[in-house]
Amino acid sequence: MTTYTLRSKRRRSALRTVAFLSPWLIGFGLFFAYPLVSTVYFSFMKYDGFRPPVPNGVENWTYVFTEYRLFWPALRNTLWLVVVMVGCRVVFGLGIGLLVIRIKSGGGVFRTLFYLPYLAPPVAATLAFVFLLNPGTGPVNSVLESLGLPAPGWFTDPDWSRPALTALALWGIGDLMVIFMAALLDVPKEQYEAAELDGASAFGRFRHITLPHISPIVLFAVVTGVIQTMQYYTQPLVAGKVASGIIGGSGQQFEPGYPEKSTLTLPQLVYDIGFQRFDYGSAAVVALVLFALSMLFTVVLMRRSSGLIGPGD
Amino acid sequence: MAATHRGGRPTTAARAARRRAVLHWIGVHALAVAAALFFVLPFVFVLLTSLMSDQQALTRDLVPRTWQWENYTRVLDTPGFLTWWRNTLLYAGLGTVLTVVSSIPVAYALAKFRFRGRRLAMMLVISMMMLPPQVIIIPMYLFWAKEMDLAGTLWPLIVPMAFGDAFSVFLLRQFLLTVPDEYLDAARVDGCGEVRTLLKVVLPMAKPGIAAVALFQFFYAWNDYFGPQIYASENPAAWTLSYGLESFKGAHHTDWNLTMAATVLVMAPVILVFFFAQRAFVEGVTLTGVKG
Repeated sequence: MTTYTLRSKRRRSALRTVAFLSPWLIGFGLFFAYPLVSTVYFSFMKYDGFRPPVPNGVENWTYVFTEYRLFWPALRNTLWLVVVMVGCRVVFGLGIGLLVIRIKSGGGVFRTLFYLPYLAPPVAATLAFVFLLNPGTGPVNSVLESLGLPAPGWFTDPDWSRPALTALALWGIGDLMVIFMAALLDVPKEQYEAAELDGASAFGRFRHITLPHISPIVLFAVVTGVIQTMQYYTQPLVAGKVASGIIGGSGQQFEPGYPEKSTLTLPQLVYDIGFQRFDYGSAAVVALVLFALSMLFTVVLMRRSSGLIGPGD
Repeated sequence: MAATHRGGRPTTAARAARRRAVLHWIGVHALAVAAALFFVLPFVFVLLTSLMSDQQALTRDLVPRTWQWENYTRVLDTPGFLTWWRNTLLYAGLGTVLTVVSSIPVAYALAKFRFRGRRLAMMLVISMMMLPPQVIIIPMYLFWAKEMDLAGTLWPLIVPMAFGDAFSVFLLRQFLLTVPDEYLDAARVDGCGEVRTLLKVVLPMAKPGIAAVALFQFFYAWNDYFGPQIYASENPAAWTLSYGLESFKGAHHTDWNLTMAATVLVMAPVILVFFFAQRAFVEGVTLTGVKG
């Protein structure tokens, strides 16, 4: 009797769980599992979207790795961005967070001002930066030149286009600032007071008290930053298109990565090879490379911050 | 550590400490002002340029000689611009409602039910959240374009939002973890089923979390460029603001003043909404990064 009710109770609660999870279970199947499996399938097919797909073994794979001349530059750029852009974002975000929590008067105003650019739509922010850094008419170079400083070509110079994108990323640092502020405010105050009594310098206090306390958040910021960089698409694409003077809109093929492939990232390749060259098979290969890299970093993220998944599991 | 003698003059140590405090105050505020310039000046230059004449926008001037407010009406009169607004509101509005409604029960189950596979489910949610949209776009595009014949519309972007968006599930679940179990137990003791408990007890307490999810989802759609580029690019009547803005620059490629006016018109709603919903934003960002 008891076992019977227990079992039916358990079955009811299992049904209830499935019912509550059902929107996501369906979504997981339709928008994650099914397309991933199909991507693997397409990666071994020759398919242009018109004629039916034909199996062609590993031809797409060898094409992407050996002949498709945009693949390696895109991978190199992505790694550059992972190191430099993510590094700058974490250091700058932490710096702004440390600054904001020290502002005694007007702290709220400054915090809001620092946060606002994070909200600017990426296309709008990119257009604004291409204009601001325009070597001919942009105000930034006007100011630099009037100060007697060198005025680089920014988005039109392959050596400066990625630094320009990094500046744009630093402008939108608001999310990291908020996360770092929350972490910094959680560091116990008594430890600072004790260290001050012991005569520790400001740098010593940061090194021995602040940093150990916030290191999980720093790691979180690094790993999520790397994952974001794996998805970096709109800003480099729009910057390259607008700076090169390409007329936007439909039906126009363009070589992404202007100038000289310097703003090319992996996600742009999927669009280029799939939707401009109509080679869905090779696009699937690039998509799978992107998937493998993203999942690698996601696993690191989940390993290092099991707090994400939560206590009690 | 530096005490002042009662009734007497301050000691040297006290004076030195005071001087250090003042210097510290000046240093912090000087840095803050410098940082503020970096964050604010781009907005200022964009605004100033949006008010210049066509000719002046091509010069290196920083301040408009004549303030041309009619640039904004010229942008609004551009064919298509108002359609892009309508499409964006449709995508963002409908998408947000669908996301919130479909993500709440999932987040609730992940936060409050104990079942086998809960940890695995959470890991899959996070994996989905981290997945670049380009990874699955080939089969997705082929499905919507070839099987459903919906290329050139926004439906391929809106419909998936009815199936529990991963980021929203994650954010809401982080929020629901902070709702104490005692409230739920009390409701259950009173004979509420799970649906009633969710609707009557949890939802009213989860309002800030729901607000954060709704805002993030709304702005995700508002800002989305890749989705409209894939599904709507062939049909200008289905373009959204983010996608249209870039082609607007293409059509007016010498008119930086009009482009900047259009840029302001795309940024302004986001910033306006922020001032009404600051707390929800900041809370949302904090929840994704810190609490867990």
